[in-house]
Amino acid sequence: MREILYREAIIEALDEEMARDDSVFLLGEDIAEFGGSYKTTVGLLDKYGAERVRNTPISEQGIIGAALGAALVGMRPVAELMYIDFSAVAMDQIVNQVAKVRYMFGGKANTSLVIRTQGGAGRSSAAQHAQSLEAWFVHVPGLKVVMPSSARDAKGLLKASIRDDDPVFFIEHKLLYLEKGAVPEEEEIIPIGVAEVKREGGDLTIVATSSMVGKSLAAAEELEKEGVSCEIIDPRTLFPLDTETILASIRKTGRLLITHEAVQRCGWGAEIAALAAKDAFDYLDAPIERVCAKETPVPFSPKLESYVIPGKDDVIAGVRGMLETV
Amino acid sequence: MIRLTKAKALWIYETMVRIRRFEERSIELFQAGELPGFLHAYIGEEAVAAGVCAHLTPKDQITSTHRGHGHMIAKGLHYKGMFAELYARATGYCKGKGGSMHIADQDLGALGANGIVGGGIPIAAGAALGLKLKGENHVVVSFFGDGASNEGAFHEGINIAATWKLPAVFVCENNGFAESTPRATHQAVQDIADRAKAYGIPGIVVDGMDPQAVFEAAGEAIAHARKGRGPTLIEAKTMRFLGHYVGDPGTAYGHDKEVGKWLKRDPLITFAETLEKKKWLSKKSIDAIHEKVNKEMEEAIEFARKSPEPELDDAMTDIYATV
Repeated sequence: MREILYREAIIEALDEEMARDDSVFLLGEDIAEFGGSYKTTVGLLDKYGAERVRNTPISEQGIIGAALGAALVGMRPVAELMYIDFSAVAMDQIVNQVAKVRYMFGGKANTSLVIRTQGGAGRSSAAQHAQSLEAWFVHVPGLKVVMPSSARDAKGLLKASIRDDDPVFFIEHKLLYLEKGAVPEEEEIIPIGVAEVKREGGDLTIVATSSMVGKSLAAAEELEKEGVSCEIIDPRTLFPLDTETILASIRKTGRLLITHEAVQRCGWGAEIAALAAKDAFDYLDAPIERVCAKETPVPFSPKLESYVIPGKDDVIAGVRGMLETV
Repeated sequence: MIRLTKAKALWIYETMVRIRRFEERSIELFQAGELPGFLHAYIGEEAVAAGVCAHLTPKDQITSTHRGHGHMIAKGLHYKGMFAELYARATGYCKGKGGSMHIADQDLGALGANGIVGGGIPIAAGAALGLKLKGENHVVVSFFGDGASNEGAFHEGINIAATWKLPAVFVCENNGFAESTPRATHQAVQDIADRAKAYGIPGIVVDGMDPQAVFEAAGEAIAHARKGRGPTLIEAKTMRFLGHYVGDPGTAYGHDKEVGKWLKRDPLITFAETLEKKKWLSKKSIDAIHEKVNKEMEEAIEFARKSPEPELDDAMTDIYATV
C-alpha cells in the first residue's frame, strides 16, 4: 500500500468530500492561500475557489458560530481551529450552541459540522499552543470526539466525520502531520466509534490515544524483548467509545495501562479506568496505571517539555511497575 | 422606500396583539404556578419584531434572544407549540426540552431563541453564509439587545457578515437596560448604531416604538441584503414595560421611573390610533382581532394543559442524530 503523510491524508479527505458533496466547505484562519498553519488545506483553494475555502478573520467564536449557522440551513461546514488551545476562545459556540441546539430544539436541527483542530506538545510551542484538551469536549453531551493516530485513520475518520449528521470535534496532532503511513488509494470510510487493536498481546492492555499510540507501539517492541507481551488499543474516537473492544482486551490480559498526552487529573484516562473498574473488575490482576503528562502547563524549554510529556520510556516504566506489583 | 400597505399594517397590528396577549397570558399562567422555569416578557417591544418580520418569508431566517417569544410569534410560530413548550409538554416546539429561551422551528426559519447573550449573532452570520453558498436569495435577521452589543460575539459575527457581504440584518433592540445595568454604566456610545461604522456597514437608529418606522428601516436593510450588498445594523430604541424577568419589579435600578414616559408611547395604542385615522381599523375590527386572538390562545392553552409530559426516556433522545 502507498504511504503518505498524515497531513496529506487530511487534504485527501477534504478534497474527496468536497468533490463529492457541494454542501461541504471549509472555513478557518489562513486556510486558503497559505494552506493552513500545518499545511492541511494546501491546494484546495485552487481547486474549489474562495467561496468554499474561506479565510476567516481571527475570530474563533465567529468561525464556530458561522459553521453552526451554515449547518442549520443545510450546509456541511468543516471549520478549522488552528490550535486546540484557541478553542477556549470559542467555548460558548462549541459548548452552548453547537453541542446543544439539536437537543434544545427537540431534535429539529441540522448540526452536521466538523471542527478540525490540532493539539499536543513536542515543538516547544509552550503553554498556549501545545495542550491536549480532548477531555473538555468528551465531557459535553452533543459532541462526538475523534482523535486519529495514523494517516489512514486521519483520512478515513475525517471522511466519516464530514458525512456524520452530528457535530464532530476532530483532534489532530501537530507532531503526527509529518509522519508517513499506509493509506489505501481507494475510498475508505472508517466508522466513528470503532476502536482498533494496534497490536495483540497477552500480558497487559495499553489504551493509548493520538501520539501515545506510536510511543506505546515502540515501547511494546522493547518490552517484547523482555518477554512482556502488550496489547495496544487505539480507541480512535473518544466519544462514542468502543467500550467492548477495550473491555474484551482487559478481560484477556487482566492488566490495564492508559496513556495520553493530556494531564492526568480528570483526564480522559480516568473515564477508562472507571469503565474498567466497573465492567472488568473481576478480571483485573493489578491496579490500573495511567501514564499521562505531568500536572503543569506545557513548558517552553525542550528539556522541560520532554520531561513533562510522557514518552516511550514512561510507558515502559509504567508497564514494568505494573508487572512488579503482582 | 418600501411603503407600508394596508395589508402589511394590519398584519403588523395583529401580530403585535398576538405577541402582547401571549405575554400577558404567559405571565398570568406563570404567576399561577402553571409554568416552570422563568420568563422574559417582550411587552413594550412588539413594534420591533412585527415591523421587521413583516418583510420576511418562511425561508428567511431569524436568530433570537432570551426575550424571544415576540420574534417567534412574528416569524409565524403557532401558539399551540409555544404554549406547550412553556408548559414543558411533549407537544411543544422543543418537546419540552428547551423551554421559553430555546423555542425554535427550522421549518419556519426560526433558528432559535438563545439563552446566551449575543450567542445568536455569529450563528446568524453563518446562516447567511450558508444561504449565500446555496445560492438562495433569502436573508437572516439577528435580534439581540443592547447588552449583547458588548459581547465579543457581536463584534465577531457582524465583522464576518460585513467582510463577506452576507445577506444579514442585525437588529439591536435597545431597551436601555442590560438586565439591570443602564446604558451609561456599560457603554460610552449613545447610539449602538454608531458601531456599524467600525464594520463598514450602514447603521440606522430607528424609533422602536413606531411600527411604521421600524417597517421602513427594516425594509431598506432587508432589500439591501437581498441585493447582495451586505448587512445593516439597525438600532431600535425601545423599552420593555416590565422587569428583566417576570417577577423583577425593576425598582432596584430605576426602570420603574424610566418606564412611565414609554408607556405613553405603547405601540399597540398609538398604532391602532394611526390605523383608525386612516380608516384601516375601527373599534369593531380591533375588538374582532382581540377576540380571534384570545380564542386561539385559550384553545392553545387548553391544548398545552391536556398534552402529555415527555416520557422519562425522552430525556435521552435528540442528543445525537446517530450514535
